[in-house]
Amino acid sequence: MTALELSRLQFAVVTVYHYLFVPLSISLSALTAGLQTAWWRTGDERYSRATMLAGKLLMATFAVGVVTGLVQEFQFGLSWSAFAQYYGDVFGPTLAIEGMLAFFLEATFLGLWWFGRDRLRPGLHLATIWVVAVGTLISAYVILAANAFMQHPVGATIDPETGRAVLGSFGALLTNPVVVASFPHTIAGAFMAGGGLLLAIGMWRRWARPADAEDGTVRGTWRVLARVGAWTTLVGGAAVSLTGDVLGKVMTEVQPMKMAAAEALYETTSHAPFSLFAIQLPGMEQPWSLDVPWLLSFLATGDPTATVQGIDDLQRQYELQFGPGDYTPWIPVAYWTFRLMIGLGVVATGVAAYVLWRTRRGRDFAPAWFADRWLLRFLWVLPVLPTAAATFGWLFTETARQPWLVFGLFQTRDGVSPTLTPVELVASLAGFALVYGVLAVVWVRLVLHVSRREPAPLHPAPERQETPEPVLEMSY
Amino acid sequence: MEILWFALAILCWVLFFALEGFDFGVGMLAPVLGRDDHERGAAIRTVGPVWDGNEVWLVAAIGVTFAAFPDWYAALLSGLYLPLVLVLLALAARGVAIEFRGKVDTPAWRRRCEVTLAVSSFLAAGLFGAVVAVATTGLALDPAGAVVGTGVERTLGPLLSWPALAGAVLGVLAALVQGATFLGLRTTGPVRLRARRAAVASAAVAGVVAAGVGVAAGGTTLLFAVVVALLAGVAAVAAGAGHEGAAFAAATLGVVGAVVAAFTAHVPVVLPSTLDPASSLTISGAAASPYALTVITVGAVLILPGVVAYQAFSYWVFRRRVASERVA
Ligand code: HDD
Ligand code: HEM
Ligand code: HEM
Repeated sequence: MTALELSRLQFAVVTVYHYLFVPLSISLSALTAGLQTAWWRTGDERYSRATMLAGKLLMATFAVGVVTGLVQEFQFGLSWSAFAQYYGDVFGPTLAIEGMLAFFLEATFLGLWWFGRDRLRPGLHLATIWVVAVGTLISAYVILAANAFMQHPVGATIDPETGRAVLGSFGALLTNPVVVASFPHTIAGAFMAGGGLLLAIGMWRRWARPADAEDGTVRGTWRVLARVGAWTTLVGGAAVSLTGDVLGKVMTEVQPMKMAAAEALYETTSHAPFSLFAIQLPGMEQPWSLDVPWLLSFLATGDPTATVQGIDDLQRQYELQFGPGDYTPWIPVAYWTFRLMIGLGVVATGVAAYVLWRTRRGRDFAPAWFADRWLLRFLWVLPVLPTAAATFGWLFTETARQPWLVFGLFQTRDGVSPTLTPVELVASLAGFALVYGVLAVVWVRLVLHVSRREPAPLHPAPERQETPEPVLEMSY
Repeated sequence: MEILWFALAILCWVLFFALEGFDFGVGMLAPVLGRDDHERGAAIRTVGPVWDGNEVWLVAAIGVTFAAFPDWYAALLSGLYLPLVLVLLALAARGVAIEFRGKVDTPAWRRRCEVTLAVSSFLAAGLFGAVVAVATTGLALDPAGAVVGTGVERTLGPLLSWPALAGAVLGVLAALVQGATFLGLRTTGPVRLRARRAAVASAAVAGVVAAGVGVAAGGTTLLFAVVVALLAGVAAVAAGAGHEGAAFAAATLGVVGAVVAAFTAHVPVVLPSTLDPASSLTISGAAASPYALTVITVGAVLILPGVVAYQAFSYWVFRRRVASERVA
C-alpha cells in the first residue's frame, strides 16, 4: 500500500475507535445527571444506585475517550501535515476553542464529581455532573462544525497566493447548515448507544438471578436501568430518523454525489424509488433491487415526483467544473454503509419498544418470556447495534465524500504529509492496533465487572470531615 | 499580535509541562514509594481528580499551536512522527492505568495498572524531554518549511543525538523531583516521609545534570542551566528541611524556567532549520491569518480566566492530604 492509502487507513481506524466511546460519554454523562437529579428530587434509593452505576460506566468510558481524543488532536499534524497547513486557519481556532471551552470543563468537573461525592454540597455536586454533560455537547458541536466544513466549506476564502484557506467568519463556520443538521442527528444516535447499554445491563441483571436472591431496592434498580435505557433508545431512535431525514435533504443540496452514491442511482430519475437492498450476481448486467416506489425522491427533496440527479450526470458535471478526474466515490461502500446505519438503528429501536411494552405499568420482567435463557447471551447486541449504526454512518459520511477532503476545494491525495513513508505508517499503525486492542479488551472487562456487582448507592449527604481524606469506595 | 500568540502558546505549553510533570513523577514514584497496595493507592489518589484537567493543557497547547502557527505544528509533528506516536501511546496507557486501577478489586489487576502507569509515565516524560530538546536544536527544514528526508532515519534520527538524550534525562529527572515534592506536600504518613527523601535525592541529581548539560552546551544555555541547577538545589534543601511547599514551588519554577528557555531560545525563530538558517520558521513566517488570531484571542480572553478559576477551585476542594497510613 502507498503512504496515502496507509494514512487513510490509519486515520479511519484511529478516528472510528475514538468514536466508539464518544457516543457513550455523551449520553452517559447526561443520563447520569438525569438519574442523580431524580434521586435528588425524590430521595428514592434506586436512583442513587442507578446513578452510581451509570457514573462508573461513564468514568471508564470517558478515560478511553480522553486518551484516544488526544491522538486525534495530533493526527492532523502527524500524517496530514499538508492538509494541516492548508486548513490550519479554519481548524486550528476550532480545536483551540473546543479545548478551552469544552475539554477543560469536562475533565475538571468530572474529577470534582467523582471525588467530590462526600465533600461538595449535594446541590453543587449535582451541578458538577450537569456541567460535564453540557461540556460533552459543546465539544461535539464544535468538532462537528470542523467536520461540516469538510462536507460543505463555508466561512472561509482561499488565499490566491498561498492557496490556503483563510478563515473569514467564525460565526458562519459554526452555523454551517450541515452542522446544524448533523449535530442533533449525532446526539440522538449517541443517546441510543447509552440507552442500549443501560437497557442491556438492567435486563441482564434482572434475569441472571432468581428474583428472591436480591433485596427489593437492588431489583428495583435494575428495573429503573432497563426502563430508562429503553425509553432513551426509543426516543433516540425516533429523533435519529427525523433528524436523519433533514440531514439527507441538506446533503442532497450540498453533495448530491454522496446521496446518489448512497442509492447507487446512476441515472438521473424523477419519481425515484428507494432501494431497500440490492444484489448483483455474476453475469447480471444490472443489480436486482427491492424498491419502494417514489420514496427516494421524497426523502431527498420532500417531493415524491422530484428529479434526483444520478451519478453519471454528476460525474460529467464535475468534470466540466473541476477538470478531468474521477469524482465518484466507492459505490458499494456508500450503498451498504448507509443501509446498515439505518437498519441496525431500526432494530435497536424495535427491541426497546418491545421491552417497554412488556414492562408497562409496573409489570415485572416475567421470567417466562425469557425462560429461554439463551436469549440472555444476546443482550450485548443492544449497545452494540447503535454503536455499529453510528460507525457505519461515519464510514458513509467520510468515504462517500471522496475523492475530496474538503468538498470541491481540496483532494485527499494532496493532504497527506509529504515525507511520510509506508514503513513509519506500518509501525505506527501496529502500535495503535496493539495499544487500542488492549484498551478495548480492558474496557469490556471493566464494564462487565461493574455491571456484575451489586450497585452501591452514591454517598449520602456529606458531613464536613476534617483531615485526613477518607477513602472512597472504588477510587484509586 | 503574533507575539501575543507566541506568548500564549508558550503559556499553554509551560502550564502543561508544569502541571503534568508532577503527574508523571507521581506515576513513576507510586510503585517505589508505596510499599503496599494501600500506600500506592494513596499516592495515585493525589493526582486522581486533577490529572485529566492537567492533560487538557496539552490539548490547549497543541490547539493554540495549530491555530496560531500551522506551519510550526505541521513541521514538528510530521517531522518527529514516530517519537510523537510513541508519546501518544504512552499517554494513552497512562491515563487508562490511572482511571482503571481502582475499578477492579483484585491485587493482580492493581499491580498491572501500577506497572503500566510507571512505565508509561517514564516513557512520556523522557520522550517529551527529548522532543523539546530537538525542537530547540532544530530540524532539517527546507525553504518551504517542510522537513527534509524520508523514513525512519528522519523521524528517529534526531532522537539519537546528545541534546535529545540530555533532554530525555532531564525530563525524567524533572518529573521525579516534581512528583516527589508533590507527594510530600499531598500525603501523610510513610509515603510522605519516603517522598521527602526521594525529593532530596532526585533534586540533587537533577541539579548536577542540569549544570553538566549547561557547561557542555555553553552560551545562554549555561545561564539557564545555572538557574535551573540552583532551583534544584533549593528544592533539595527545602525538601530536606521539611519545607514541602517551598520545595515543590522551587521544582515547578525550575520546570517553568527550562520550558520557557527552550521555547524562546532562538526568538524570533520558533523552529530552527539545521540545513540553512534562512529556512527556519519564524514567529511571523508561521503565523495564521489576523482574523483567525483574533478569534482565538477573544476566545482565550473570555474563556481561560474561567478555566483557571475552576481548576483552582478543584485544587482547593481536594486540598487535604491523602492519608497513607493504615487506619486499622
Ligand atoms: C445510532 C446511530 C444512527 C442511526 C440509527 C442513523 N444514523 Fe444517520 N448518521 C449517524 C448515526 C445514525 C452518525 C454517525 O451520527 C452520522 C455520521 C456523520 C454524522 O453527522 O452523523 C450519520 C450520518 C447520516 C447522513 C450523512 C450526513 C453527511 O454526509 O454528513 C445521512 C443522510 C443520515 N445519517 C441519515 C439517516 C437516516 C435517514 C436514518 C434513519 C432513519 C439514520 N441516518 C439513522
Ligand atoms: C469531526 C471531525 C472530523 C474530522 C475533522 C475528520 C477529518 C478526516 C480526515 C482529515 C480524513 C483523512 C482524509 C480522507 O481520507 O478523506 C478523514 C477520513 C476518514 N474519517 Fe473523518 N474526520 C472527522 C470525524 C470522523 C469520525 C467521527 C469518524 C468515524 C467514526 C470518521 C471516519 C473517517 C473515515 C472512515 C475516514 C477514511 C475515509 C477514506 O479514506 O476513504 N471521521 N476524516
Ligand atoms: C477528528 C476530530 C476529533 C478530535 C481532534 C477530537 C479530540 C478530542 C480530544 C482531545 C478529547 C479528549 C478531551 C479531554 O481530555 O477531556 C476528545 C474527547 C471527546 N470527543 Fe473527540 N475528537 C474528534 C472527533 C470527535 C467527534 C466527531 C465527536 C462527536 C461527535 C467528538 C466528541 C468528543 C466528546 C463528547 C469527548 C468527551 C468525552 C470523551 O472523552 O469520550 N470527538 N476528543
